[in-house]
Amino acid sequence: MTLEDIQTILNAAVLARRADLGVSIDRAYCADLMSDVLAFSVTNSLLITGLTNAQVIRTAEIADIRAIVFVQSKRPDMETIALAEGRKIPLLATQLSMFDTCGKLYANGLRSQSVDPA
Amino acid sequence: MTGGADEGVYFITGKDFTNAGAASSSLKKLLEDRGVPADIVRRFSIAAFEAEMNAIIYAVAGMMRYSITRDMVKVTLQDMGPGIPDISLAMTEGYSTAPDYIREMGFGSGMGLPNIKKNVDHMTITSVVGEGTTLEFDIALSPSP
Repeated sequence: MTLEDIQTILNAAVLARRADLGVSIDRAYCADLMSDVLAFSVTNSLLITGLTNAQVIRTAEIADIRAIVFVQSKRPDMETIALAEGRKIPLLATQLSMFDTCGKLYANGLRSQSVDPA
Repeated sequence: MTGGADEGVYFITGKDFTNAGAASSSLKKLLEDRGVPADIVRRFSIAAFEAEMNAIIYAVAGMMRYSITRDMVKVTLQDMGPGIPDISLAMTEGYSTAPDYIREMGFGSGMGLPNIKKNVDHMTITSVVGEGTTLEFDIALSPSP
């Protein structure tokens, strides 16, 4: 699905300017632990998180995360949004809880394909 | 891949969370510009970022030296930190001495050093309690056979 599809499914706001909503997303990873994102996420996936600090953007950049959804009406500050814009990482924000966000995206066909931790 | 030997150093300031990750981000760009395959760039960047975050979280300051040749990238991160009393314990997944405010940032879950080891070809740690820790790792830049 595209990021625009995800925006529609989650009724999400787009936070970063110049965000390319046509980008194709076929995997997702959900965590508040950036250590887990670095250890277990797969490349070019969507990150679903409740954390909104600058480390989330840095982690996404390092781990080749394609886009980020912030859940539960949480929003990063302007500096963090600017950092994401500079790294061309689109940011979405939804009012849905993390559970409902994951559930809706899963129901619409998105999967994790997490790296086997073993 | 293109480019000859390249080396340099980044200075890391402890507790500077605003710029945390900036050195690893620059190194990632360096490797991308040299045409290194994306999966290798990702492994390297994750290891470098984990190492950089460790220095920022635990140390007063650190020096992150790198050298890139046609075949290999090597990083040596020497920090002025508390040192690690028991390295094999620090290598255990889930073992962490990070304070709560670090965990609230999404780090300090005891996955850093094991995750570096997982992503690199060789890694060594030497540490002196009260003086600091030196972490070295390298990754071959050509796809594994």
